[in-house]
Amino acid sequence: MNFLTTFSAIVFKEALHLRRDPVTLVVTIAIPIFQLIVFGYAIDMEVKNIPTAVFDADRRAGSRELIAALANTEYFDFKENASSEAELREAIVSGRARVGIHIPPDFTAGALNGSGSSFQALVDGSDSTVAMQAVNVVNSVGLMQSVKQMGRVDIEKLPVDARPRVLFNPDLKSANFFVPGLVGLIMQIVTVFLTAFAVVREKENGTIETLLATPLSRGGLMLGKLVPYAFVGFFEICVVLTLMRFVFGVRVNGDIGLLLLMCFVFLFTALGLGLLISTAAKNQAQAMQMALLVMLPSVLLSGFVFPRESMPAIIYYFSFLIPLTYFIEILRGIILRGADLSSLWSQALALAVYGAAILSLSTLRFSKKLS
Amino acid sequence: MSEIIKLDKLTRKFGSMTAVKDVSFGVEKGSIFGFLGPNGSGKSTVIRMLCGLLEPTSGDAWLDGASVRENSERIKGNIGYMSQSFSLYRDLTVQENLAFYGKIYGLRRERLRKRIEESMELSGITSKRKQLSGTLSGGWKQRLALACSMLHEPGIIFLDEPTAGIDPVARRDLWELLFQLSKEGVTLFVTTHYMDEAERCTHIGYIFLSELMVCGKPAELKILPEVTPAGTVWLEASSDRITQALSLIKKAPGVLDATIFGESIHIRAREGFGEREAARALEAGGVSLESFRAVKPSLEDVFVSLTRERLKARGAA
Repeated sequence: MNFLTTFSAIVFKEALHLRRDPVTLVVTIAIPIFQLIVFGYAIDMEVKNIPTAVFDADRRAGSRELIAALANTEYFDFKENASSEAELREAIVSGRARVGIHIPPDFTAGALNGSGSSFQALVDGSDSTVAMQAVNVVNSVGLMQSVKQMGRVDIEKLPVDARPRVLFNPDLKSANFFVPGLVGLIMQIVTVFLTAFAVVREKENGTIETLLATPLSRGGLMLGKLVPYAFVGFFEICVVLTLMRFVFGVRVNGDIGLLLLMCFVFLFTALGLGLLISTAAKNQAQAMQMALLVMLPSVLLSGFVFPRESMPAIIYYFSFLIPLTYFIEILRGIILRGADLSSLWSQALALAVYGAAILSLSTLRFSKKLS
Repeated sequence: MSEIIKLDKLTRKFGSMTAVKDVSFGVEKGSIFGFLGPNGSGKSTVIRMLCGLLEPTSGDAWLDGASVRENSERIKGNIGYMSQSFSLYRDLTVQENLAFYGKIYGLRRERLRKRIEESMELSGITSKRKQLSGTLSGGWKQRLALACSMLHEPGIIFLDEPTAGIDPVARRDLWELLFQLSKEGVTLFVTTHYMDEAERCTHIGYIFLSELMVCGKPAELKILPEVTPAGTVWLEASSDRITQALSLIKKAPGVLDATIFGESIHIRAREGFGEREAARALEAGGVSLESFRAVKPSLEDVFVSLTRERLKARGAA
């Protein structure tokens, strides 16, 4: 009875706060839209057109064929002809090129007389993604050239033909991989901050003093603080999902109802996390610090950027403590693979249990005494 | 008369600092209890413990029979609390603040609506109902805070320096309101620095250096033997040149202490110091004595005397 009384009173009050402060509300809703568009376009893991320099000391049929083969892959964009090894190296050091191809003077001759020929590829390792891709492509082009020379046969068809086929994301568009994760991340950032300030603000403004002298229920207070923001968050997630579909062209292959339900579960968990921060922090600056502390592991360890499978064991198990981990798996599952609850139930359950635990914890942590 | 508030050796420590030490007293139902003491003496800490905002370190207090240690949540439903600084929502209107607190206290629909109207009416803020509380001036904020604290018709209302920083007219209005509530049977527990407010209370407690020094009706405090030790008298003199008169009187033989009180001088002197001695002392400096009479000590005299006694005792110890 006391719980419901407090709950409805707090919802009433928080709704008034929201209405009185339309600027915050608009910013809260606009920021995720802005972030999604900017990051959605900026994050692109597809490596194409790597700026490349070449020092061709051979300048005969063999070297020309090699350069053409490399260029044909579309991974390399030959921007510069160096006239010495030193110049080639300089092109990489200065950043004009990320890859330098050095073809020695006996390249064509060696191939023709059967003594073998070699070329060197210098790869700038400062961006590991680009470097790895470049090494792979250079290796496979080298292999193709070798096969060609060894057989001198019709090389249009290799004896063994590997045909990988990528499911769910046939074009390997990184938008498909990133945007659903980005939706989860952005939602977490916004929602945690929404409630992280909710209780702290009362402490800072001194309003907590009168509030604590009333017979209010702690659970009612916590849930009452959460629910209005859950509505804001839910509206927001709908906007962001719409953008994902129509701006980035990422289709939802699974059940939209299930997707929205899962979003709601996640909202409660993330808002609960914000409340927990709010009960621990003494002022808004502290709350901000704590929220940022939650943010970084969420970005790096949730599987948003790096696959969790390749993390060291400790970090891998640690990532189970991050609610975003489950949500990203659910998002990618439903959106990309069209998965249903029968295959996602463990993540869904984990998220729900997490949310309930975190809300209970923040309720227990919230003391009705002044410190 | 039954004691609606009862404190028994209530103590609160903050780390090694003792803010309130072994404070015991009782407050009768329906009285206006003035809780006095200098800044930092522990007034607010006592109020916060009584309202269930702070846990006592030791001792206990009972409000209407319920212990603040064990039943603070039950107590909270039957008390109103007006904190020292304005602690309502600045971005909510007067009426919205009232509606929120009414709901928190479990008032509903018709009763809620009726109580909001009554409280606004009583505290005279009906005309400001649509104004954001953050834009109200000091006196109006205090009225709103008081309206909030009496919304659920509590038996006891705690007011922590309700008149600090508001103008004299607003101060008088607020006291009118307190008398009104007291007449309706509400017990009021008020802290203040103002001596004229203390005189308006039915009962007074004086706390100094974390300890309760004295407690009782104003009239009882004025006849305390510690305030007027055997062989001393309280006198009041007036003169047209009051500051010169004060320094002359202070030097006169037989005068123990003298201070300006309103437009006259309050004198504590040995028995036998009379109008003749006073006139002689003033004439020596060319100042004339306009009137002279024996008086009871004022509350200010009482507190100053008690404080000095205590400090002297401390210094001796």
